Amino acid sequence: MKFDSVIIGGGLSGLLCGLRLARAGRHCAIISSGQSALHFSSGSLDLLGALPDGSVVENPVEAVKALSEQAPEHPYSKIGVERFGALADEAAALLSEAGGKVEGTSLQNHYRLTPMGTFKPTWLTMDGYVRSDNRVLAWKHVALFNAEGFLDFYPQFIADELRKTGIECELHTFNMAALETVRRNPTEMRSSNIARIFDCDENLDELARIIKAEMGDCEAVLLPALLGIERTDGVARLAEKTGRPVAIVATLPPSVNGIRMQRALHHAFEQAGGTYFLGDTAVGCERQGDKITALYTVNHGNIPFVADDYVLATGSYFSRGLVAEHDCIKEPLFGLDVEAAAERSGWYDRNFFEKQAFEGFGIKTDKTLHGLCGGERIANLYVVGAGLAGFNPLAEGCGAGVSMLTALHAADCILNKQ
Amino acid sequence: MMTEYSENNFEQCIKCTVCTVYCPVAAVNPLYPGPKQSGPDGARLRLKHPAFYDEALKYCLNCKRCEVACPSNVRIGDIIQAARIKYSKKKPGLREFTLANTDLVGSISTKVAPVVNATVGLKPVKAVMDAVLKIDHRRTFPKYSQGTFEGWFRKHAAEQAALPKQVAFFHGCYVNYNNPALGKDLVKVMNALGIGVQLLEKEKCCGVALISNGFIGQAKRQAKVNIASIRKAVKEQNLPVIATSSTCTFTLRDEYAHLLDIDNADVRDGIELATRYIYRLLQSGEAQFRFRKDAPKVRVAYHTACHMEKLGWAYYSIELLKMIPSVELTVLDSQCCGIAGTYGFKKENYATSQAIGESLFRKIEESGCDLVSTDCETCKWQIEMSTTKRVEHPLSILAAALE
Repeated sequence: MKFDSVIIGGGLSGLLCGLRLARAGRHCAIISSGQSALHFSSGSLDLLGALPDGSVVENPVEAVKALSEQAPEHPYSKIGVERFGALADEAAALLSEAGGKVEGTSLQNHYRLTPMGTFKPTWLTMDGYVRSDNRVLAWKHVALFNAEGFLDFYPQFIADELRKTGIECELHTFNMAALETVRRNPTEMRSSNIARIFDCDENLDELARIIKAEMGDCEAVLLPALLGIERTDGVARLAEKTGRPVAIVATLPPSVNGIRMQRALHHAFEQAGGTYFLGDTAVGCERQGDKITALYTVNHGNIPFVADDYVLATGSYFSRGLVAEHDCIKEPLFGLDVEAAAERSGWYDRNFFEKQAFEGFGIKTDKTLHGLCGGERIANLYVVGAGLAGFNPLAEGCGAGVSMLTALHAADCILNKQ
Repeated sequence: MMTEYSENNFEQCIKCTVCTVYCPVAAVNPLYPGPKQSGPDGARLRLKHPAFYDEALKYCLNCKRCEVACPSNVRIGDIIQAARIKYSKKKPGLREFTLANTDLVGSISTKVAPVVNATVGLKPVKAVMDAVLKIDHRRTFPKYSQGTFEGWFRKHAAEQAALPKQVAFFHGCYVNYNNPALGKDLVKVMNALGIGVQLLEKEKCCGVALISNGFIGQAKRQAKVNIASIRKAVKEQNLPVIATSSTCTFTLRDEYAHLLDIDNADVRDGIELATRYIYRLLQSGEAQFRFRKDAPKVRVAYHTACHMEKLGWAYYSIELLKMIPSVELTVLDSQCCGIAGTYGFKKENYATSQAIGESLFRKIEESGCDLVSTDCETCKWQIEMSTTKRVEHPLSILAAALE
């Protein structure tokens, strides 16, 4: 199978890279070993929340210079201080257009409400979610409605945290006949199963009636993010029918809105002419000199993927883009050079909540994100996303940003090469 | 890359619920707990005590879309099917026997095809089948052909054997009893590439319907016959084995080893879909097609069957269709049509089956296509019954476009 570019990994990073290339007229394939981490999305995407030294970032574009001084091997440092802001804006625009509406700016972080009721800085937030410019809710008095029996949402935590900031938060549960059908399997009262019933207008309108009857004089209504898998107008329709502002709060996975974004990006990639191979795993390659010449997968056996360029977007430990053995951390497909502490004791801090070194380990690259093997650059292999070395997504609040910006940066390197 | 499987495969499950998101049954039938609960979660309990087996596992249609979606390489569909085989107390009855024995029923029906075709189309007959056998009266039955593919082939075997390059064709029950024309199209296409077709020494039904209807002993016996024949072709005669049905291919390659404990590792790579074989041949530059100049334009919508999705091979059929100058191709989003072999014929599954396929049927009608194409025979029945469109195998479309 001959393509211009083959991308291994079909999550946020792989899809944005593929989308950029396909829209530029390149014949692209994405190979994805199962569904991606977008299915666990919080509804927000972070760009830069803190510097490696721990100082809080308000304006990522302003802060990236200090970042590049503190961490010259950070993926953002490789992209370059000059290119960072523009690339962030391009990534946001592409995501909003192809993956579903997101709001936010690279010049000022805003805050998202976590499922635990706390606020965290972020860059882009999907349409409909609670967001704040100053770590305080925009309303003084809210009503939080939860589906009775829903297993992955803890309203009391949220109410307790909001009350600490002086917000009155009333808790309600709702029930309806359609929810009873989901409850036949009480262990399966998960966000995606419940969300499905709200794809039906009647059920959403019944929810609106319940809310209207119980909401009292609250200023706004909050709900877990499960207002329909297919539909995108759940929040707007509820707001219209109840006559109050409505906002959603992230649930524990699966993330209904993340699923929708994955599907939208997948669809956009195929619309742009790309081919998405879902449920296949890349297992081997052929290399001649400094180039990869063929890639083999489980499903396609003796028919390899052949391309001018390959992009590795297989993610980190969870998706096995990185594999931690007892005594080493490796990149299993190409055997690329990995940045990691040699001694296992240097991988982690015994205090779980401290910054963990293993989070910063990953695949080494040059400035143009080429993978390295034994210190030698592989000329047609680019590495993007969570598998990269040099950043700590949790401590620095930059996971999605690194995935998106490196994806576009690698795509530009490929496009500018010829 | 996660390709290894732990001894207890269900332990690889991290409870992310992604499988259930993509389960076509869980989306429409609340009686089914979904693949996570039925598969890895249930496996943990069943290991503790067989009484934890839930008969609701019968609602699984074995599409394997859960496995395609799983980020942790859990063989969810296999776990569910294996649990049904091991624990189900429900014994298969006359209905299951009739639906599962596609070759027995087929060999009888083809002898009296006009009678069978007319009879099963009659309302009173449908009513009796519905009442007695619980085969839904709203279902349209596949037509049986007059005479089998094997019968036709025997008359042409000598001329096929005369061609210098050879392949062995696993035709399956559908080509043999329902649609010999597809088998003839396959022969025409292969001949156009300079390749002769022969049949396996012995071919039995692949057994997919036996497995799903609980006739495991018989399925194993048939599988052994097939693998012995395939082994002879692949190992002794050095013949590639090709098939037109995505489900037969998937069953021979994967279900035999995963569900029936039949070791096929030495020949698995020798079994492939004809479209994949042809694609590789064309890519190598060893052969090419000559297309008719006067072929009428036809708008085709390609539907990816579930087992095709699991194989990951829709690409080859799609690329072949794209090569045909007279075809204008649309690729439909991959989704289950709801029929799943014999599943949709059962009265208790009819509503689920049609609800699963509903959005696909709508998209087909909206696509403005003249014709739907798919590599699966039961998808064909379902789509032809549920839409206004005719459905053809990619090879039949290809055959019609050749000089």
